[in-house]
Amino acid sequence: MVWRCRPVVPGWFTEGGDDGGFRLLGTRCTACSAVFFPREDVHCRNPGCRGGGELVEVPLSRRGRVWSYTDGRYRPPAPYVSDPAVPWEPYTLVAVELAAEALVVLGQAAPGVGIGDLAVGMEVEAVPGVLNEDAGTGTVWTTWHWRPVAA
Amino acid sequence: MSARADGGGAGGDVAVLGTGMHAWGKWGRSFVEYGVAAARAALADAGVDWRDVGAVVGADTVRGGYPGYVAGATFARALGWQGARVMSVYAACASGAQAIAAARAQILAGLADVVLVVGADAAPKGFFAPAGGERPDDPDWLRFRVLGATNPAYFGLLARRRMAVHGETPEDFALVKVKNAAAGALNPYARYRRPVTAAEVAASPVVADPLRLLDICATSDGAAALVLASMAYARRHGVADPVRVRAVSTVTPVYPRTVPDLPDIATDSAVGAAPAPCSFRESIARAAYEEAGIGPEELSLAEVYDLSTALELQWYEDLGLCGEGEGARLVREGVTALGGRVPVNVSGGLASFGEAVPAQALAQVCELTRQLRGTAGARQVPGARVGIAVNQGLFGHGGGVLVVR
Ligand SMILES: [Zn+2]
Repeated sequence: MVWRCRPVVPGWFTEGGDDGGFRLLGTRCTACSAVFFPREDVHCRNPGCRGGGELVEVPLSRRGRVWSYTDGRYRPPAPYVSDPAVPWEPYTLVAVELAAEALVVLGQAAPGVGIGDLAVGMEVEAVPGVLNEDAGTGTVWTTWHWRPVAA
Repeated sequence: MSARADGGGAGGDVAVLGTGMHAWGKWGRSFVEYGVAAARAALADAGVDWRDVGAVVGADTVRGGYPGYVAGATFARALGWQGARVMSVYAACASGAQAIAAARAQILAGLADVVLVVGADAAPKGFFAPAGGERPDDPDWLRFRVLGATNPAYFGLLARRRMAVHGETPEDFALVKVKNAAAGALNPYARYRRPVTAAEVAASPVVADPLRLLDICATSDGAAALVLASMAYARRHGVADPVRVRAVSTVTPVYPRTVPDLPDIATDSAVGAAPAPCSFRESIARAAYEEAGIGPEELSLAEVYDLSTALELQWYEDLGLCGEGEGARLVREGVTALGGRVPVNVSGGLASFGEAVPAQALAQVCELTRQLRGTAGARQVPGARVGIAVNQGLFGHGGGVLVVR
């Protein structure tokens, strides 16, 4: 089978780059500098914006600091994709504060990163990851993961 | 505050003439049956004939996802069509509060003298989930698809953050469950009516670290209803001194929201905009206080949305019962327990009820009404005069209801 990579949502992160080039993609209002992730492409949502700006795509900071984290010890319902025949492996969820954009972005931790590997304030970076593989269509659904930055 | 008709808030008071509930649990019956039982109980409590009700407002029950909301007309049909105005309200967990707001607005506008408000649900077991299909334009669908983030995942993020910033511990969180279970054991409408120990909380399985099963509320069936009326109608009806709704806040958040919350994947950016003066939950309480001309120091009791134990501690701060980071101290010192200075969730809270989404905010006001009437039995807060109920739902919905006697 020929597997084909597709982003779980188009336009939320760079595709095809190596680890070093991987970035989350947001948009920035040219009138008020507000940044949006997930991307806002139609209207700036800042009520104080004077208007007239454009929403331009911007790569977000690659690195941020852990705001909080948790895990999922029970299988989430659809539309999360998981094989009910396979024992549930908890995923780790991380909320990461990006200083330059002054926002917090959630994401799953990279495989193998558990609760015990994380602490609030720890530096992490966004890396490409696989959300799930669909053998029926030969699709590898890609996403972003947060991974602690090696000290 | 300026002089006001009926001594009420900016728009005047409305009377709570009747309360009714169907016990929470997993009963395996239709939400219509629960809602009608609660409605009939509320009408009987008020001494009002259904045919004299001028409007009915239903808090929506979700059936089959977004297209399946049903409420106001469903209850009106089941009670017997009688020509009342009808309205249905969806605001996730704040649906009941917004149904009260809609009823109150009609009364204060003179469109109806007496309004029946009903919320009921038969909740599915397990995690709440969005409707099916491929719907990437729905933020609630996206958080499940992309992150697998259930509601408890968000509760876990908040709990861990409070541990890191305020030094709270899982033992502090467990104290909330112990407190609410003790109160719920005294409430015949609660689903769980057994005291719980801290050891039992600690022995329950982790759902979303650091929260355990007994830190998180269940899903349940249940129903609650209120009969609201103008003060003039109440007087004509022979009720001179009813419990009154003095304020209902249904404010939105203020941009930029800087704390991750259901169902979002990221917060707003604080670049290019000053941070909001207070958090969303704080603003819900503040708007109710300002409308009522009443401050947190005057509260006799509060009902808060304890979707998780840690979230209840957050509400203490958002309600102004204590300063930031002091929530755990309040529960440790028994301030928020029955017999404390300002008891919280004397109904037993969601910890004892579980969630029946459209009914829960109405159930909170049923409890406050009984407390202010002095008819809460073993759960009675002595001399209760002022109560607030607060909740928060998906998508920037929230509600605060302040009642006085
Ligand atoms: Zn703008």
